[in-house]
Amino acid sequence: MSNVITDKDGVKRYLITLHVNGDEHTILVKGNTTLTNALRDQLDLTGTKRGCELGDCGSCTVLFDGRPINSCMKLAVEAEGHDIVTIEGVAANGELDAIQQSMINHAAVQCGYCTPGMVLSAKALLTRNPHPTEPEVREAIAGNLCRCTGYVHIVEAVLAASRGDLIPDDAKHTMAGGAK
Amino acid sequence: MYMPDYEYHAPGNLAEACALLGELGGKVTVLAGGSDVLHKMKIGSLAPDHLVSLKNLKELREIRYEQGRGVVIGALVTHDGIYRSQLLQEHFLSLPMAAHTMANTQITNIGTIGGNIVNGSPLADLPPILVALGASVKLVGRSGERVLPLEEFIVGPGKTVIAQDEILTEIVIPDQATTGSTYKKFGLRKSGALAVVSVAAAVTVEGGTITDARIVLGAVAPVPLRAKSAEASLKGKKVSDAAIEEAAAAAAADSRPISDLRGSDEYRRELVRVFTKRALRKAIDEGHV
Repeated sequence: MSNVITDKDGVKRYLITLHVNGDEHTILVKGNTTLTNALRDQLDLTGTKRGCELGDCGSCTVLFDGRPINSCMKLAVEAEGHDIVTIEGVAANGELDAIQQSMINHAAVQCGYCTPGMVLSAKALLTRNPHPTEPEVREAIAGNLCRCTGYVHIVEAVLAASRGDLIPDDAKHTMAGGAK
Repeated sequence: MYMPDYEYHAPGNLAEACALLGELGGKVTVLAGGSDVLHKMKIGSLAPDHLVSLKNLKELREIRYEQGRGVVIGALVTHDGIYRSQLLQEHFLSLPMAAHTMANTQITNIGTIGGNIVNGSPLADLPPILVALGASVKLVGRSGERVLPLEEFIVGPGKTVIAQDEILTEIVIPDQATTGSTYKKFGLRKSGALAVVSVAAAVTVEGGTITDARIVLGAVAPVPLRAKSAEASLKGKKVSDAAIEEAAAAAAADSRPISDLRGSDEYRRELVRVFTKRALRKAIDEGHV
């Protein structure tokens, strides 16, 4: 491991380099700093949420070498040398990812606290399996707890994104002669 | 939610790791994936002076077949790695499925098979099916290595026979004489639920006769429990509903469940009977599934 700095109380801090959203960030962390806290408190990437902090709720989900993990269950010092994607890294060139646009189209966001993790789990699924079935979508987001929506709109949003169906519902109604 | 301070170590290889574990004084915890260790430190049930990370031991992340030994699984293979292993899916589908259904994706991508075993939880999902398949574990320490049956490794809730300077490096599933095996778990939710009861079964059926059976019960005793009278009741019997019913009742009698927030002892005993029956039927009829 890289540089270690010991303070007057004997607590060690480690100079580590994290590869996040395509950029390299060199930061100083303690041995017990979680990846969640390093991302939020040091890199200002506050889209990664602190929820249960015990690996149950999925609001701190990030992609770790392309796979979703709970960043609250990973030490920052253990994340060195791995490719990390947070919700801030999903929209490319200022344009929302299909999943993000679809979540808006389907009103799949209520309080929004679970949404970053939900989008990242869905992103990992569609990268590996571009045309999932509904049960596959439900399984992929099983580790992301939403207490607002009942998941129906979220599942519909992911399935629509997988079909490339990104026309907002309202626009669809207008084109079809308009229900409202 | 913060964790206590400890000194973090990341030895470069296995020999260094064993040497370090032997030298360090105070409370020492080995870190594999971290899904159990971090959880325990956060809720305050674990406060080590030293945390020794195995992250540099990359050779423990492989699954391979070795002639004469069987399927060798590195201790740092994640549950997701077990689920995605073609080798394991072809030979013992029950193990990948147990790994896949034990927790949500974010945890199966972190937790490791070695951690799941060394954690010593009576309701862990991998030990029952591994014991049913006759798996052994390899422990490497400063003065050498030893191999012992997994069944003898876990001795109580959170207790194993691992020594301070030892690291569990491999889990080996030997070539099988068994004709079928499966793992059945009952949880209170579809996803990510801990086992209320689990049953693993491995059977050898020759010409319609059960010549051997191993039945391992999870979450109903301090350790993954061999249901020995149930196993004995099957040996030499022709496959029949009556023989399976009798074994299932014997397994329920073998179990030693407690009552807790997930179920009463009485309920668990009944679940053992029902799930033993289902597991045996599946292993007998469908092979290694």
